[in-house]
Amino acid sequence: MNDQPSTSAAATGGPQAGRFGDYGGRYVPEALVAALEQLDEARLKARIDPAFQGELERLHRTYSGRPSILTEVPHFAEHAGGARILLKREDLNHTGSHKINNVLGQGLLAKRMGKTRIIAETGAGQHGVASATVAALMGLECVVYMGTKDTQRQALNVARMRLLGAEVIPVSHGSATLKDAINEAMRDWVTNVGTTHYAIGTVTGPHPFPEMVRDFQRIIGVEARAQVLDLVGRLPDAVCACVGGGSNSMGIFHRFIDDESVRLIGFEAGGHGVGTDKHAARFSTGVPGVLHGAYTYVLQDEDGQTLESHSVSAGLDYPSVGPEHSFLRDSGRAEYRPITDTEAMDAFSLLCRTEGIIPAIESAHALAGALEIGRELGPGAVILVNLSGRGDKDVDTAARWFGLLDDEQPDGLEQR
Amino acid sequence: MSGVATVLAKTREQGRAALVGYLPVGFPDLQGSIDAMVAMVESGVDIVEIGVPYTDPLMDGPVIAHAADVALQNGTRLADIFTAVRAVAHAGAPALVMTYWNPVLRYGVDRFADDLARAGGAGLITPDLIPDEGAQWIVAAERNGLDHVFLVAPSSTPQRLRSTTSACTGFVYAASSMGVTGARTSVGDAAEVLVTRTRQMTATPICVGLGVSTGAQAAQVAAFADGVIVGSALVRCLADAASPADGLTAIRELSAELAAGVRRKR
Repeated sequence: MNDQPSTSAAATGGPQAGRFGDYGGRYVPEALVAALEQLDEARLKARIDPAFQGELERLHRTYSGRPSILTEVPHFAEHAGGARILLKREDLNHTGSHKINNVLGQGLLAKRMGKTRIIAETGAGQHGVASATVAALMGLECVVYMGTKDTQRQALNVARMRLLGAEVIPVSHGSATLKDAINEAMRDWVTNVGTTHYAIGTVTGPHPFPEMVRDFQRIIGVEARAQVLDLVGRLPDAVCACVGGGSNSMGIFHRFIDDESVRLIGFEAGGHGVGTDKHAARFSTGVPGVLHGAYTYVLQDEDGQTLESHSVSAGLDYPSVGPEHSFLRDSGRAEYRPITDTEAMDAFSLLCRTEGIIPAIESAHALAGALEIGRELGPGAVILVNLSGRGDKDVDTAARWFGLLDDEQPDGLEQR
Repeated sequence: MSGVATVLAKTREQGRAALVGYLPVGFPDLQGSIDAMVAMVESGVDIVEIGVPYTDPLMDGPVIAHAADVALQNGTRLADIFTAVRAVAHAGAPALVMTYWNPVLRYGVDRFADDLARAGGAGLITPDLIPDEGAQWIVAAERNGLDHVFLVAPSSTPQRLRSTTSACTGFVYAASSMGVTGARTSVGDAAEVLVTRTRQMTATPICVGLGVSTGAQAAQVAAFADGVIVGSALVRCLADAASPADGLTAIRELSAELAAGVRRKR
């Protein structure tokens, strides 16, 4: 029975609709409220509709490749103080990350609501690729907004989206990253809300997005919990995941929330270090505020202006975080720690060389975190890590980081 | 009766619509923005909307978003809003502050309301705060005699038109077409339909915004609305000007043209 999402205050329409404690809500222009209400109604119906759930399950099984497997990584774990480390392999999903889980669900909802066009924001490009893919599959028009800083560091994903028939619109104002792509997608949505569904890629934004996206990602934890029990015979001691907006982490955490013995630990981008101004550690230096429709932790200055975030990984480079994480953090149910660029890249390299798996740089933050937690917990501990994406998109960044480009051909990737 | 309500009662008595002009604080710089606001009042603008520059203005089109960027790069601070409010009030027009919600939240909702009232401000227009989330603000505003203006849109359901208009004081802001701020060549029927639907719900005056840039368009909207709100077209006067003096001249000319528009016989 616990494999169904719990009915929250939001679902029952009480006075706390769309709130996780104080966090969440719906801070949006009035022009969007009707669309949010329509979406909320559609997703609540779909959640209990066997036809919808059956179609989603079929797509998981026959299209994206679920269930994703669990891989134990003993050689990598030798560096983790004797702990056992188990990877939930969302990197093996079609399109290369957990993002497809959410977009398949929202694509089906868009069709149910009679929308013919979906728009999306993307940072690393994984959500954009997943959106372009699902749009191609379902016959929807697709427009993806992406900051120009990200189109440069994730050029391969831009080409991938265009191959799939999506229009990619580079966004050059503001910090030219994920936050500005969301602003631009919101502007598009306000203008075209009659025909368009905004498929937000993470557990943030106005209600019902944080709850709906979590519900679509929840399958990660549902599968992983059963797989760990099957393999180890007991629950893990800790579940580790990286936290940008927070969808892969909410996805793997949620099924474990009632398992009090299981520590839930999210790893944010510590960038150059939380003592510098180049990081995305919202829970280290952010304060609660409103960004992109939700009340949650935000990196902001004393005038309430959003501060620019930094991370070596585009997918974690976001100044805000999903409101349910803020709630889990304040309640103490989950912990959040920063991982620096260097720590993440070291863990990235270690997994490549010890296990033959190239992780996304985002997921490498969770791997670095698992090494840290393993050393703290000591021998015999079992740590489940969400390997949320694969690193093909990051080869360029990693090659530069590790200086792998031969001097004889320095222009190989440079001038691609 | 609030300053805004008084102005709208007076313009209604005169058989015309009110002219509401928007400019952001700090564009092209702090003094330049204040001079332009005062010039608007001197040239026939009845109510001034003072914009708070914000890093993530997701309801604004390129003209206002750019102005906000420049204002922030110039070092504009939230406290500068109160300087502008005092100048506008001194020039004799109600000063309504238009702001995204996070700056107010960070400043402290009660503290912001107190300081706005102390500066002689008339109230707030909140493009990303719907009344459903606005309980604390409404209480703070009432305590200080400030207006709380919320928006309605063509997509608003009858139920939301009723609840939103009942939460508004001063006027109801009708965002006439779906989309972000910015001048449009045609104002379209959507505005009139929205005003008609909104009137069925409330006796509060209704001002129409988003898209008006000329005297002729102002006259067209003035035929069915209680007030005409102009933003991007005024900001563009400053953005396109070769010098600060040219900018003020352009502001005066456009304000006068719009003021004549709202006075054209209905």
